[in-house]
Amino acid sequence: MSSLKVPIVQRILSANETLAETVRQRFDDHGIFAINVMASPGAGKTSLILRTIEKLAPTYRIAVVEGDTAPVTIDADKVANRGIPAVQINTGGDCHLDASMMDSGLNQLPLSDLDLIIVENVGNLICPAAFQLGTHANVLIASIPEGDDKPYKYPAIYQGLDVLLISKLDLLPYIDFRMDYFKQGVEALNPGLVTFATSAKTGQGLNEWAEWLSQKIQAHRQR
Amino acid sequence: MHELSVTESILNIALQNAKTHSAARVTAINLVIGPLASIVDDSVQFYWDLISEHTICQGAKLNFNRPPAKIRCQNCNHEYEITRELIPCPECQSMNLSVLSGNDFFVDSIEIER
Repeated sequence: MSSLKVPIVQRILSANETLAETVRQRFDDHGIFAINVMASPGAGKTSLILRTIEKLAPTYRIAVVEGDTAPVTIDADKVANRGIPAVQINTGGDCHLDASMMDSGLNQLPLSDLDLIIVENVGNLICPAAFQLGTHANVLIASIPEGDDKPYKYPAIYQGLDVLLISKLDLLPYIDFRMDYFKQGVEALNPGLVTFATSAKTGQGLNEWAEWLSQKIQAHRQR
Repeated sequence: MHELSVTESILNIALQNAKTHSAARVTAINLVIGPLASIVDDSVQFYWDLISEHTICQGAKLNFNRPPAKIRCQNCNHEYEITRELIPCPECQSMNLSVLSGNDFFVDSIEIER
């Protein structure tokens, strides 16, 4: 019996990353732009997604993938009520979606008839950051009531973002939220990150966000 | 807490490489995990003991190499290291920082017997 050290240097989640590439290819084959919407529970993911759908549904064919830890279809029902195809993925208690769940979830959507897929990840600021889904853009919704220290406490999720939506801006007068401190933390982790300050209640910032997304969808179609 | 999925991935990587190298037993797994990767060592160890049972990895020691994250202050250009959460620049207290490294998350090597 001999002892031996075997060098590997393989990323721990490389299996998920390989599958995410396959999912990305499925999106691209159909000219679909896909976004991965992450946030803590209660940040207003579903409200913002519904408002986004209102803005973009007249122009684009949209579907929503809902990740939930429990078999409740509350969020998926809200979307389906708007006449938008929705697929619910129950993670069975798992704290995040992964590429394999995405791959099977996509089988339930009419991919040939879509321009945009919005993935609502499980409400959580830690785990979704580590699992690529094959989507084209990572979106984080950070709500004012969560507090201004979140970038400092959850650096990984901020580092992987393509766009940040600050939500519930209408609550700013009532909460001790230091916008400068929050933005400094974001800038340290993700310099120059595209950020929209929004309120699903007043509609503030939603046109700008919808315009950004619209440009991404069109640029993706023309690739 | 996605340590279970992470631990399963570590086991799969170890088993695959052990097979490639005709290992009879895996005695240690050397991991490199940066402080910004949000992984709890004890939790990985807990799951490891459960899921490696009855495999050739059973009893293998998990070595967590935790290199510090490197930070550069954008205000005074001071470079420093952190082992936990982001802290202001120790020189000028600025929070205008740039993260140079700290997300490492890989299996560096395994130690086997054959």
